Amino acid sequence: MPGFALRAVKQRSRCKLIGCKRLRRLWAVLLSVVWPVSLSFDYVTDSTTELAVQVRGAVVLLGRFPALAGLDLQLDTGTVTLVQGPNGAGKTTLLRLLAGLAPLESGSAQVLGHDVTKAKRQVRASVGLLSPATMLYDQLTIAENLEFWASLSRHDDVDLMAALDRVSMADFADQQVATLSTGQRRRAAIAVVAIRRPRLWLLDEPHAGLDQAGRDIVDGLIAGAIEAGATVVVASHELDRVRPLATHIATVAGGIVHSFEANSPGGVHA
Amino acid sequence: MPIATVEPSTTAQEAVGTSSRLTKILGFACLAGLAVLFLLAFVLTDPDERVDEATNIVTGQFDAVRLLYVHFPVAIVTYTAFLLNAVGSIMVLWKKSTWWDITAAASAEVGVLFCGLTLVTGSIWGRPIWNTWWEWGDVRLMTTTILFLIFVGYLAYRRTMTDSQVRAKRSAVVGLVGAINIPIVYKSVEWWENRTLHQQSTLADLAVEDLTLFAMIFGMVVFLGVYAWLLIHRFRIGWLEHQAETTGLEQAIAERRAQAPDAIRNAVTQARSSEPETGVHQ
Amino acid sequence: MREIWALTRKDLLIEARSKVVATQVLPFAMVILILFGLALDADRSSLRSFTPGLFWVATLFAGILAIQRSVSVETQSSAFEALRLSGAPGWKLFAGKALAVALQLLAIEFVLALGVVVLYRSNFADPVLVVTAALAATIAIASAGSLYGVLAVGMGVRDTILPMLLLPVLTPVLVAATRAFDDGLGTTAVNGWSWCGLLGLFAVVYGAIGAVAYAVVIEDA
Repeated sequence: MPGFALRAVKQRSRCKLIGCKRLRRLWAVLLSVVWPVSLSFDYVTDSTTELAVQVRGAVVLLGRFPALAGLDLQLDTGTVTLVQGPNGAGKTTLLRLLAGLAPLESGSAQVLGHDVTKAKRQVRASVGLLSPATMLYDQLTIAENLEFWASLSRHDDVDLMAALDRVSMADFADQQVATLSTGQRRRAAIAVVAIRRPRLWLLDEPHAGLDQAGRDIVDGLIAGAIEAGATVVVASHELDRVRPLATHIATVAGGIVHSFEANSPGGVHA
Repeated sequence: MPIATVEPSTTAQEAVGTSSRLTKILGFACLAGLAVLFLLAFVLTDPDERVDEATNIVTGQFDAVRLLYVHFPVAIVTYTAFLLNAVGSIMVLWKKSTWWDITAAASAEVGVLFCGLTLVTGSIWGRPIWNTWWEWGDVRLMTTTILFLIFVGYLAYRRTMTDSQVRAKRSAVVGLVGAINIPIVYKSVEWWENRTLHQQSTLADLAVEDLTLFAMIFGMVVFLGVYAWLLIHRFRIGWLEHQAETTGLEQAIAERRAQAPDAIRNAVTQARSSEPETGVHQ
Repeated sequence: MREIWALTRKDLLIEARSKVVATQVLPFAMVILILFGLALDADRSSLRSFTPGLFWVATLFAGILAIQRSVSVETQSSAFEALRLSGAPGWKLFAGKALAVALQLLAIEFVLALGVVVLYRSNFADPVLVVTAALAATIAIASAGSLYGVLAVGMGVRDTILPMLLLPVLTPVLVAATRAFDDGLGTTAVNGWSWCGLLGLFAVVYGAIGAVAYAVVIEDA
C-alpha cells in the first residue's frame, strides 16, 4: 500500500466513532481504498536532512518595505542559535519566515526539509513559534486553552497537566487568562507551544516580561528542547542570558545576516 | 504592451500618457460609430407602431423604443465586463498574475459604470412603457441591481487595501464569489415573481425589421468598442501605478542592506554603555 | 472532525463567558422588530403579512453582528496566526467557525420567533417547514458570513465593509427564506417546500465555496 494510504489507514483507525477495534480497522482500510487521500495534514515525515534551516537570498516584504533583503542562513539540527541585532533589523520577520507565516518575495527557504512556499502546512506543523502575542483566549481558562490548541494540532494525547507543571502554572490551570499577569500568560503560552513537541523552536524575545523564575523556566525549556533533539532559534536582546546556551550567534541588521559565528557556550564572544 | 514605462526622474516631472496609436484609432472609430448610431436611432429607424388589424388602434412603444438602441448594447457590455472580471479573478487565484489583477479591476470599474447606465436607461425606458420608474418584480432589473451592488462593494473593498498582492488575492475571491452568485440571484428572483415585465415587451414583440436589428447589433459593436477603449486606458493607468510601486523595490532593498553597518555600530555602543546594568531591552 | 468540534466548542464557550451575543446582538434584533412595528404604523393584520420579511431582515442584521463578533474574538487574541500555525486544514477551521455562528444565529432566531408570535401575532401553520427553512437559511448565512467576515479583517481593511459585501450576496437567501416563511406562517399560498429546497442548495453552495476559499483568505488575516 502506498505510504500516504498507509498513513491514512493508521489515522482513520484512531477515530473512535466505531467502537470495535477490528471493525475500525476494516472501516479504515475500506475508506482508504476508496479515498486514499487523507483529508487532514500529512504526518510530518522525519527529516533526513542535517540542515534544519536553509535560507538563500530571502526577500520578504512588509507592504512595500523589504524587511528581509536577501538573507542567507544555514542552521544544523540540534543547534541553538541566538539571533541578535538592533530593533527593526528583521529578526521577527526572520522567525516568521522560518515558521512559514511570511510569504517570500524572492529567494528560497527550506525548514526541516520542507519548502516554505510549497509545503507551508508541513512547516507550520513542525515548528513552534513563541511570539510576543500570547495567542490565548482571554475568556477561557488556561486548561481550556491548552485543550483547544492541543486538539486543533492533533496532539490531544499529551498530558496537559504535566506540560503546565513544567512551566509552574499547574496551580493556575482553572483561572481565566484575563485574570493573569503578562508573565503568567507568557508561561502558559510556552506550555501551549511545548505540547506540540516541535522540532524547530522559534522564540521571539522569550524572556521579555518574565521574572527571574520565569526566565529560568525559559532557559530550562531551551535545554530540554535540545535534549529532545530539536533545533532552537532565539531572537533576543538578553544577550547575557542566552549566550551561555547558544551554539551559534547570528547578527541580523538591515534585513540580512551580517555575521554568523559559532559560540563557545559560557565564553565571551567577539 | 507598447506603453510608456515609468522611470524615476529626478529632475522635471514628465507627464506620462496612456494613449497610443491603437487607442487613438479606436477612439475616433467609436466616436464615428456613436454618431452613426445616433443617426440610426433617432432619424433613420421608425418608431415602434403596431396597428391592431381588428380595431385599427395603434399600439406599441412609439418613440420610446429608440432607447433600445442604447439600453440593449449597454446591458451587453455590462455582462461582458463582469464576465471578464470573473475570468480575471480566476486567473489571479490560479496564476497569481498581476496583469490579470489589473485587468479585472479595470473591467469591474468600467462595468460598474455601464451597469449604472443600464439601470438608468432601463428606468427611463420603463417610465413611458410600464408607467413606473422601478418595478420590483422584474427579474432582470433586480438581478442587474444586485449585480451593481455586488461590484460596487468589490470596488469599495479594493480601496481598503494597499498591499497589492494581498489586494489582488482577496478581491479575486470577492469578485469570483460575487460572480458565481449572479445566476443564483437570477433564478431565485425569477421564481420569486413568475411574471416579469421584461417578457411583456421582448424583442420578439417588436417589429424587428432589418434596420432595427442592424441598429441594435451596430450599437452593440460600437459600445463594445467604447468599453474596450475605456478598459485599455484604465488598464494602462493601473499598469503604470503598479510599475511605480515596484520600480522602487531594488532600490529599497539596497537601502535596507546599507542600514546594516550603522545599525550594528549603534547597537554595539549601546550594548557597551549598558553592560553594567542587567536591564531588559524591550 | 474533533478539530471542528473543538473550534465550535471554543467559540460557544467564549460566548457563554462573555455573553456578547446574548446581551448585545439579541436585544438588537428585538429592537429591530419593535422599530419596524412602530415605523410601519400598521394594524396587526398587515404586520402579519410583513412578518417573514421583517423576521429575516432582523436575522440578517443580527447575523452581521454575530459574524463580526466571531471574527473579533480571533483578532483580539491574534489567534488567526495561531490557527494557521496549528496545521489544521482550512476547511476545518471554516466549518468550526461557521458552525458556531450558525448555532448562535439559531438561538437568536428562536427568540425572534417568539417575539414575532407575541408582537405580530403570527401563527405557525407548518412548523416543520418553518424549522427546516430556518435551518437551511441559517447555514447559508453562517457560511457566507464566515467567509466574508475573514475577508473584512486584516491590515488596512475596515470591518464596516462587511455588510456591503455580504448583504447583496445574501439577497437570494432573503428572498427564498421569506417565501418559505410565507408558506410556513400561512400568510401566502406559495409552494414553501420548493423554496426550502432552494435554501438547501444555497447552504451547500456557500458551504462549499467557504470551505475552499477559507484557507486562501485566512493567509492574510
